[in-house]
Amino acid sequence: MKKQILTLAVVAVAGFGAFVAPVNAAGTAVELPKRDWSFDGALGTYDRNQLQRGFQVYKEVCAACHGLDRVFYRNLTALGYNEEQIKTIASEYSVVDGPDDEGEMFDRPARPSDRFVGPYPNIQAARSVNNGAYPPDLSLIAKSRAGGADYIAALLTGYEQAPADVEVMAGMHWNKYFNGHQIAMAAPLTDGQVSYADETPTTVDQMAQDVAAFLTWAAEPHMEVRKRMGVKVLIFLSIFAFIMYRVKRKIWRDVH
Amino acid sequence: MGSGPREDFKNPVVNWIDERLPVFTLMQKEYGVFPTPKNFNYFWNFGAIAMVVLVTMIVTGIFLAMNYTAHEDMAFDSVERIMRDVNYGWLLRYIHMNGASMFFIAIYIHIYRGMYYGSYKKPRELLWILGVLILVLLMATAFMGYTLPWSQMSGWGATVITSLFSAIPLVGDSLLTWLWGGFSVDNPTLNRFYALHYLLPFVICAVVFLHIWALHVTGSNNPLGIEPKGPQDTLPFHPYYTMKDSFGICVFLVFFAFMVFFAPNYLNHADHYVPFDPLVTPQHIVPEWYFLPFYAILRAVTFDIGIPLTKIVFIEAKLGGVLAMFGSIALLGFMPWLDTSKVRSAKFRPMYKLALFGLVAAFVALGIAGAKPAEGLWLYVSQVSMAYYFAFFVVILPMLGKIEKTKPLPGSIHEAVTAKAK
Amino acid sequence: MSETKATHSSSAHEPDSGSTRRDFLYLSAASMAAVGAGSVGWAFVDSMNPAQDTLAMASTEVDLAPIEIGQSITVMWRGKPVFIRHRTANEIETARTVDVSALRDPQQDSDRVKKDEWLILVGICTHLGCVPVGQKSGEPRGEYDGWFCPCHGSHYDSSGRIRKGPAPKNLAVPDYQFLTDTSVRIG
Repeated sequence: MKKQILTLAVVAVAGFGAFVAPVNAAGTAVELPKRDWSFDGALGTYDRNQLQRGFQVYKEVCAACHGLDRVFYRNLTALGYNEEQIKTIASEYSVVDGPDDEGEMFDRPARPSDRFVGPYPNIQAARSVNNGAYPPDLSLIAKSRAGGADYIAALLTGYEQAPADVEVMAGMHWNKYFNGHQIAMAAPLTDGQVSYADETPTTVDQMAQDVAAFLTWAAEPHMEVRKRMGVKVLIFLSIFAFIMYRVKRKIWRDVH
Repeated sequence: MGSGPREDFKNPVVNWIDERLPVFTLMQKEYGVFPTPKNFNYFWNFGAIAMVVLVTMIVTGIFLAMNYTAHEDMAFDSVERIMRDVNYGWLLRYIHMNGASMFFIAIYIHIYRGMYYGSYKKPRELLWILGVLILVLLMATAFMGYTLPWSQMSGWGATVITSLFSAIPLVGDSLLTWLWGGFSVDNPTLNRFYALHYLLPFVICAVVFLHIWALHVTGSNNPLGIEPKGPQDTLPFHPYYTMKDSFGICVFLVFFAFMVFFAPNYLNHADHYVPFDPLVTPQHIVPEWYFLPFYAILRAVTFDIGIPLTKIVFIEAKLGGVLAMFGSIALLGFMPWLDTSKVRSAKFRPMYKLALFGLVAAFVALGIAGAKPAEGLWLYVSQVSMAYYFAFFVVILPMLGKIEKTKPLPGSIHEAVTAKAK
Repeated sequence: MSETKATHSSSAHEPDSGSTRRDFLYLSAASMAAVGAGSVGWAFVDSMNPAQDTLAMASTEVDLAPIEIGQSITVMWRGKPVFIRHRTANEIETARTVDVSALRDPQQDSDRVKKDEWLILVGICTHLGCVPVGQKSGEPRGEYDGWFCPCHGSHYDSSGRIRKGPAPKNLAVPDYQFLTDTSVRIG
């Protein structure tokens, strides 16, 4: 009977796995190169230096067209910046506030409690300067694209000459990893485009990797806390389960 | 309930309360000394596990509701605020989100156990029907809950599923407008789904109460499928099954916690993190895994039903799919009467056992097909599986009762257990 | 009661040493359940505390330059009104000459302000949470030329101290800092 139950359990688990696997596989057409990330695995954490580099790439390159609306300047403490640095970073941007006592809206420097200031006042404005294409907000991009960080890095390094038999539409660019391959965004990164404070070489590949890590943090800022707590919870529950097993055994000893 | 003769409790406070409202006597009767067959295996844990998940869902749901805003412009933002700014908000949300999957895992195993050991048969028919009702309510609750984050998957999932009702002849379109409270899935839809998503779990609680009440009238079935004949066949529920259930719950929680902390988005779809855009449908629109088999049945009906070789159509493919999908769930409720065998447990029913494994295989195949585009090979897979699914209930079950040669049943639970122990 | 049952069912067959071990087992199971429930419970309780965005908005900066002597303004801080009064020399003088020991909530005026002419107070009556009147010219300021709470008739003086009526305490002074001579950050 034990064996039978085991088989049934296996069937159930396999069935469950079978349901789930295709759901996640359905997303991407081209296989993404798997990169190594510091945040991989059950104990992975973010690399603060990499996040700072990625933030720099976002700030100097991506932010020209893409917002990061769900991230606040105050969140940058997680990247290792102190309060003064964050105030300085925030104050480089201006936000519309108001209305003041005269009923007028006014500009003021951003504060740590403000959201990242986006490049456009609204979606219509974004479309009108980008040939009708809307550069998506990047706050959740790492979670809203199958493949996450791997996909972002692949996309940023995936610009190639279109195959001879493909006609790329006007204003579009050929990208190996984009769904349908024709993407409105031109290759955003070129070697040496930014200069890192920590002297890391600024190759396209490096910058793509760094900004993908930064955007993963932006999408899942509590990942480290989550995993740390998860380890404790699993240890606790395993011990608890073991003790309950002993209790059950004790109580059932005289039955049969 | 719990009235009638009662014994005194030692604790004076407990006794004082119990004299006036015999809740302790009731608990003692139903969960303390309640005679329970002594031969349960671990499949019998899943009722208690489902109960724990239900409570978890209600509690996390209430705390999430404190920070959620049911408005088309704010729903997505409020969920993201929960994930980022609310203390432990990410934890509550990930528990609630994965809890839905855990609920269906527990429930599907619970249902499978009932089918394998014949728990649906006389005298437990009503108990079984209440269970099917819980499943239906659970599906409705899960579906409406999935709408609340107002993501691409939320909005389009809601659009596709509510549109099923447009297949109903004559009143379909008006019914749909009524369901939506507008001309598409929109703010009114979100608001009513939120109201119902908050309400239905308590309805589920009520039906669960009836389910357990009915269970305690007939007593539990057991792996042998024979009724206990006396005290030697049973054990008091406490501590034997309270502790066994607690152990099972702990093990299940290990799995639950693993999903929440290390793979919280594994069962999720990437488009669930894109805000709803009523102008753009995502390329791959798939329901959550627990709906996939039924979704496959919905899509497997690609043909009109009518008189062959004529143009007479009784049921169009669209309506046919909807009927098949709802029918596949409704059929479960008729199982006690479709199964004509006198023997309950599949242990003693070799052919039924095979047929049931076939059903599991068909269900899994439907689930896989449900995640694939409805074309080519996968369409055939889902059509064949669907055919088997219906044949199992309508043809195989009634027939087996007549042709199956069952194995001899043991004299009593005690006899079987002692024989095995030797 | 259920406990006794648990002991009953197996103790007959157990030697004494086994029963200690079993008790220890039950005890650890129960304590683990308690610790687990407690930790999970804390997450739920804490989720009702102010969220990060709420905390981040917990300070307000106010420009004092446009407030004339004798004028008051009300600003919003953490969802509550904050009274800022540009006091006249007379008001300061009255506030200073009070016999502090006779007050219900004895406090020197100098302990309640950072700059004599600027009185900054949380505008919530310490009785039951109403907002006292007296900010706008023409509103009753009570018998002590400060504020008057219309709910139950508490009178506050020109230092915001309770002088008459049911309120037990003076109007609270929030944490604030002068950033410049004419701008202040509350919180």
